[in-house]
Amino acid sequence: MTHNLDLNSVEELAHTRVHDCYQCGKCSAGCPVVERMDILPNQLLRLLQLGRLEKAMAAGAIWECVSCMTCTTRCPKSVDCAGILDALRQLSIEHDVASPAQRRTILFQQTFLDNIRRNGRLAELDLVRKFKTQGFLDDLSVPQLFKDALLGPQMLRRGKLHLRSRRVKDRKLVGRIFARCMADNGRGNGHGGIQGELEA
Amino acid sequence: MPRIGVFTCWCGENIARNVDVQSVSEQAAQLPGVRCSQTCKYMCSDPGQKLIRDTIAAEQLDGVVIASCSPHMHLKTFRKAAAQAGLNPYLIEMANIREHCSWVHPDKARATAKAVDLIRMAAAKVRHNRALEPIKVPVTRKALVVGGGVAGIQAALDLADAGIPVALVEREPSIGGKMAGLSETFPTLDCSQCILTPRMVEVAQHPNITLYTCSEVEQVEGYVGNFQVTIRKRARYIDIDKCTGCGQCWNVCPSKKTPSEFDYGMGNRTAIYVPFPQAVPARPVIDRDACLRLTKGRCGLCAKKCQAGAIRFEDQDELVREDVGAVIVATGYQLYEIGRRGEQDRLSGYGEYGYGQYPDVISSLQFERLLSASGPTGGELRRPSDGTIPKTVVFISCVGSRDNAKGMSYCSKICCMVNAKHTMLYKHKVHDGQAHVFYMDIRAGGKNYDEFVRRAIEQDGAHYHRGRVSKITQEDGRLIVRGVDTLAGEPLTIVADLVVLASAMRPAAGVEELAQKVNVGYDEFGFLCESHPKLRPVETNAAGVFVCGACHGPKDIPESVAQASAAAGKVLLMFSRDQLHREPEIAHIQESHCAGCFACRRGCPYHAIDAAEIRDRQGLLVRRVARVNPGLCMGCGTCVALCPSKSADLEGFSEQQVYAMVECLR
Repeated sequence: MTHNLDLNSVEELAHTRVHDCYQCGKCSAGCPVVERMDILPNQLLRLLQLGRLEKAMAAGAIWECVSCMTCTTRCPKSVDCAGILDALRQLSIEHDVASPAQRRTILFQQTFLDNIRRNGRLAELDLVRKFKTQGFLDDLSVPQLFKDALLGPQMLRRGKLHLRSRRVKDRKLVGRIFARCMADNGRGNGHGGIQGELEA
Repeated sequence: MPRIGVFTCWCGENIARNVDVQSVSEQAAQLPGVRCSQTCKYMCSDPGQKLIRDTIAAEQLDGVVIASCSPHMHLKTFRKAAAQAGLNPYLIEMANIREHCSWVHPDKARATAKAVDLIRMAAAKVRHNRALEPIKVPVTRKALVVGGGVAGIQAALDLADAGIPVALVEREPSIGGKMAGLSETFPTLDCSQCILTPRMVEVAQHPNITLYTCSEVEQVEGYVGNFQVTIRKRARYIDIDKCTGCGQCWNVCPSKKTPSEFDYGMGNRTAIYVPFPQAVPARPVIDRDACLRLTKGRCGLCAKKCQAGAIRFEDQDELVREDVGAVIVATGYQLYEIGRRGEQDRLSGYGEYGYGQYPDVISSLQFERLLSASGPTGGELRRPSDGTIPKTVVFISCVGSRDNAKGMSYCSKICCMVNAKHTMLYKHKVHDGQAHVFYMDIRAGGKNYDEFVRRAIEQDGAHYHRGRVSKITQEDGRLIVRGVDTLAGEPLTIVADLVVLASAMRPAAGVEELAQKVNVGYDEFGFLCESHPKLRPVETNAAGVFVCGACHGPKDIPESVAQASAAAGKVLLMFSRDQLHREPEIAHIQESHCAGCFACRRGCPYHAIDAAEIRDRQGLLVRRVARVNPGLCMGCGTCVALCPSKSADLEGFSEQQVYAMVECLR
């Protein structure tokens, strides 16, 4: 399902109202990755208030967000700022406005999710293989292919890289969670799907 | 046969534009009981009123319908005109053919038809109107002022100077309120105590003021002009008539570790103490929870030292009754408790600022005590943790204010000015220090207020950052303040020695209970409701009860004082007559029909219904019925709707009248 490119679709996806924001800046003040953002969270909200959805969607900042939810938790007006960034990411993918660098981020995130969907937990080598192969096929960049290669031994030493993939037992449950989340896409409470599935 | 006169107003073009006034008047003349029907360009003008007066006299009218604007506008005008012509003013009815008709209906034919219907209803009602007389209530010319802060002091002194006896009730051991604890005041930077303490002394010495400290209002009975108030005088354990205030007792008191309420915990006090040197009355009080004699039965050093023999460990709470005619509530404010769980979960938050966890994160009132010459540091600014002089201070606005999620949705109004004042006072004390202010908006509306803020920025070099602080952490004894400057579009981290939080203003604790005792409404935050936000700003919906100061909404000192004088003026106006006149359009209960179920009594929002006993000639109780107190009833009609036996009815708006209005439309 593709959403229209207007403010309503952002608000519907995020279940929050952009015009509630009174620009205090607490979201930007508390954001742990704000130093890497080209446009601050409160400025993104302002762009949306002005209806400048294209500019907000194209911002690199939305791909820096790590969804730690600090902005949402601290917002004095109960605006779900993290949810809005989530919505912007979704719209950005749907409308294909991401830059090549951002596409790699998207590719990583999609590969990561795909990995979780199949294994129920992260299989690191599988992730690296798929991500690097697909990334190289997309842009044929050799430096990108070998980037971070030296991190491998370090991660191995610290037990962050598992050579044998480990899968969770009930992978059907994971599949159902994913199916429910995708069915829930843009409707109802985004967390309800997972919560409901785990309770069932 | 009734003799009703109908007077239809053109209101210039206001009514005539959409209503055919001439046709309305002709149709009105045909209504049953209508004797004559007239029109006038402006019925409220002198010629219009003369027309009414002359017609009443000439036609010997016994009912008048005036079709014009809202009764809110001119009912009083027309009632006065009728009274001048010798007609009982309660035989006047108004049909609102302006706000309810011509202004809202563009179709002239239909608006005209509606205007006729409105007049038809008013004429049907006026046929059943009875002549009424205003209710006369005697007045006790004495006032109660609750709260001895700057607002209460001002109101009490204004009344006392006008010759009215005043009972001033204060919960704390001394009057003075929050203002007594301030160092200097904006926008003039004059010393708070220098301007307040003479007024406090004046209160203590005024022959017309009875001062009750350590006291609270226990119960309020009665109604406008005739309140019976019970005041609980908490045990002070000191005979203040014998005590000379010499200070021997608190010098020998061994219990010295109680955080001082007056210094907001910035310093300690003894168990027997005066809250501050200029306290009024300048007599000590014993804290019953800290005193070794009262808690453990030993010590008693103060009593041994006291040469006047003024210490009374056996002191008990005492109830005092005062009869007053009016009540002024001036209970003031408290600060939003940052990071602590309030009585409502909704009002808690800001744990991320570390208030109560880091000693150098303090509230603005605590900062006032650190600046004050009479404060715990003797006016030298030293931070609480290690007593060093802070070289970088961060002030944070809107802590709890304008926060729908964890605080109050309203603006506390004074914090912008308080922050500007604090940056200045800080700079005046620490010349090489740097003040930073985080703000969302600067709200400095008021005489010389904006100039004051600019002075803080331009002359005293305060750095103002538009943005908010997300978190405060402590590292190596310094505070790391993480915020953002949204104008620069950059995150900002300041390493500070002291952080001052301008937390929100809330009504003082216990104001809801007091409001219930005096039947005054309050909003979701506990601020007392005025009768009309513009035209009746100090009156309340409870007749004879007035509000002033911060119990009514966030306010600074000049505004509180102005409102206090306004409230005193309203009380004086009330006391200027021997009897109070109240509108007679109130409920009455037909006692022969009343079954005594008291549904009306439970439903009455003004507590105006009492249980009366009906006894026979031998004095034996026959039954109990509901009876309306005419001093309290506001004529809302709740009892009429609730009464299952239809024995409650409203004068001037009886069920018979309402049914007649409905019936005539068939």
